[in-house]
Amino acid sequence: MEYFEIFIAGVFINNILLAQFLGNCPFLGTSKKMETAVGMAMAVVFVLVMAGMITWMVNEFLLVKFELDYLKTVSFILVIASLVQFVEMFLKKSIPALYAGLGIFLPLITTNCAVMGACLLNISKEYSFLSALVSSFSYAVGFGLALILFAGVRERINLARVPKPLQDTSIGLVTAGIIALTFMSFKGMV
Amino acid sequence: MLSALLLMLGIGALCGIILSLSSKVFYVYEDPKIALVENNLAGANCGGCGYAGCSAAAEAIVNGTEPPSLCIVSNKEGVEKVAEIMGVDAGSAESPLSYNMCEGGNRASDKYHYMGITSCKAMGVVFGGKRVCGVGCIGLGDCVKACKFDAVYMGPDGHPVVIDEKCVGCGACQQSCPKNIIEVKTLSEKLMKFNQKQDPLAPCAQTCPAEINIPRYINQLKEGKYKEAVETIRLRNPLPLACGRVCPHPCESECRRGIEDDAVSINQLKRFVADYEMNSGSRLPIKCAPDTGKKIAVVGGGPSGLSCAFFLRRIGHKVDIFEAMPKLGGMLRYGIPEYRLPKKVLDWEVGGILDLGINAFTHVKFGKDFGLGSLMASGYNAVFLGVGAWEDYSLGIEGENLNGCYTGINFLQRISSGEKLKLGRIAAVVGGGNTAVDCARTLLRFGLDKVYMVYRRTRKEMPANEVEIVASEEEGIEFVFLAAPVKVVGNSEDKVTHLEYLKMELGEPDASGRRRPQPIEGSETLLEVDMVISAIGQSPDASFKEQDPLPRMTELELTRWNTIDNNPETLQASIPYIFTAGDAATGPSLVVDAIGGGRRAARSIDLFLKGEEVEPVVDSLQQKRIHESLFASVDGIKKSERAKMPEIHVNQRLDSFIEVDLVLPEENAKKEADRCLNCCRICYNPDFPISK
Repeated sequence: MEYFEIFIAGVFINNILLAQFLGNCPFLGTSKKMETAVGMAMAVVFVLVMAGMITWMVNEFLLVKFELDYLKTVSFILVIASLVQFVEMFLKKSIPALYAGLGIFLPLITTNCAVMGACLLNISKEYSFLSALVSSFSYAVGFGLALILFAGVRERINLARVPKPLQDTSIGLVTAGIIALTFMSFKGMV
Repeated sequence: MLSALLLMLGIGALCGIILSLSSKVFYVYEDPKIALVENNLAGANCGGCGYAGCSAAAEAIVNGTEPPSLCIVSNKEGVEKVAEIMGVDAGSAESPLSYNMCEGGNRASDKYHYMGITSCKAMGVVFGGKRVCGVGCIGLGDCVKACKFDAVYMGPDGHPVVIDEKCVGCGACQQSCPKNIIEVKTLSEKLMKFNQKQDPLAPCAQTCPAEINIPRYINQLKEGKYKEAVETIRLRNPLPLACGRVCPHPCESECRRGIEDDAVSINQLKRFVADYEMNSGSRLPIKCAPDTGKKIAVVGGGPSGLSCAFFLRRIGHKVDIFEAMPKLGGMLRYGIPEYRLPKKVLDWEVGGILDLGINAFTHVKFGKDFGLGSLMASGYNAVFLGVGAWEDYSLGIEGENLNGCYTGINFLQRISSGEKLKLGRIAAVVGGGNTAVDCARTLLRFGLDKVYMVYRRTRKEMPANEVEIVASEEEGIEFVFLAAPVKVVGNSEDKVTHLEYLKMELGEPDASGRRRPQPIEGSETLLEVDMVISAIGQSPDASFKEQDPLPRMTELELTRWNTIDNNPETLQASIPYIFTAGDAATGPSLVVDAIGGGRRAARSIDLFLKGEEVEPVVDSLQQKRIHESLFASVDGIKKSERAKMPEIHVNQRLDSFIEVDLVLPEENAKKEADRCLNCCRICYNPDFPISK
């Protein structure tokens, strides 16, 4: 039950894009086309789960052990960046099909604040390893959900007549705000 | 402090070591050219080329799937540098051009009245673009806005016009079009396009076996762009002069005007523009794609062989034609008499095809002078067999080898070769097809007193072209219908004196829908003649199969009509590198069928040479009709007279072989072109506005 709660909270209530407002750059940047949005969502799920596991271990076995908590941010950046590079190389060699699918999105998330934020949240909530894993996955799913929803809306907006000063990113931000408002209604569910 | 430093150093070193190790372990070879090419691209990562970023584009260029000119932002120097890295000539890669498929006529303006929507894409989403036509141009100009090079503008008729000189083939317009009307295609792709079920095709263009874009060339004729009209025809048919003279124009029977009025005289218009080119004294240049280095042998220089060779050459392959007769042209030369298709005209047309750089070897017969083995040994990558159907069926009756008996194609061929045959005074031609009519009309021109045509059914069932039958009636040929020859009677010197036939009556319809003639008992009748020509059909001469010493030849399968068995959609024979079309594959048929088949075979050969799967065209139409485009009635038609074919008077015809049918005068041709409704799939230009 605990894991289920973590999952629901991660996907809806504390949605990383629409409730915590982390990772706005890819949210606006890769949501113009459904195809790109889906690719990005897949890549985030992949990377975030990996990063969640590694950072938990780094925190537990290095930082806590040597009482160096204040180095969390800087060491996580280093670890996540290396991890993504490593995963990219590994995929390119071993699973070329998946590499071709995730393609350019992998390096894009190297220093994505959504990934970073989710990892830091896991630590601050003092999750166990399994909980951290579920929570990373749910944040990633929430990210994907929001991104794909948003891409669908933006594809329709493209067809509408938008006043010139509001075109493109501006109307995107306005829309994002309205969607975020609707996500507020999940508050207090768990 | 020290521990913090040590920890960061440790993590950093560990990450560094793992990454450097894994870069060795997971090393994937990448062509160093990719980096070089990428350095010379614009580096804008704009995606205008259709690839995700410049490195993906560079990879595609290095893999050879895209030309060096792929990048839409980089300038000429950049393209040249990329070409240099790739070791190709910058100009040699086949550059695609934007091409508008929808004719639209003058209808775009009255077709669309959208409320507030300003883009085709929106229109396509909201209404599916289905105001009038499901596949037609929406006409709001998304492609014009998408083009960064000002190469597309909205034409006066409300659909986009492409300026070829400015187009760089970036594909932006194609991506912006929700209806796939504007497409970016290379010349080869245009030449190898076949009618598909979803295409915007007028009924005539669906019917034409060569799949010529008929409304387009008639429209070009109307606008006085005769050269462009010839070019449009040449995308599908290399023999417009010959076809313009001998084609029985199946297209005209599907003409939409023909539903309410007389059909447009499409074939005469084709002949008009083709003759215009010939009479202008200079040949229009025919564009070919860059050389591919592949070599194909075309066996048989008839219409299918010429067509196949023409299209293979135009898409960049090297082609050699092998012909058994002294000159190229096949049945066009040896089966169609001078008065229908003058040899001078044919020579001019064949000359134009050979000028593309096609070699022709004449007087060499497949199976006898060379075989499959010698072709393969000479380095040909594929073989096209278009040997035609040159063997006459025999009547199978007593006395048909008597002195004075001939067979149809054999007779015509010997006449065309200039042989002096001993002719009689009164002749009977047995058969009702075009060959029979050609024999009869030829005999008349040699000054015979009387020529009978003996046919076992009636005039209605005659398979010959209607115009040919009318002309032969005018020229005084006597028809003996419902007569089945049973015996050729000869005298003591084995000379023909009579043809004996049984009278027939029509019974129940047979499989072909024609009523089967049945003999009337005891109705034997004698017809006094001294010459009998039997022209009751032909089959291919497949003697090459036995003559060829190559054991592989036994794998070539024939049908029970002696035609070469092939896949009807890809035209590939039972030996994978042999392709076949024309009469050799279909049995005796139309010139235009052979031309269409030649092009279809060229497509399959191209696929075969590229090492791809030889697969049929997806959703291929192949003369099937698009149901929604066939109308029962047509509104807005004002009856107008169809242009009459000018011809020389009967008195002048009989003592010479000069061409009977003449070309339309320019004024009449334009008037006839005006009768064309410029149809598309379901729309057309009515003569007067239809109130709805």
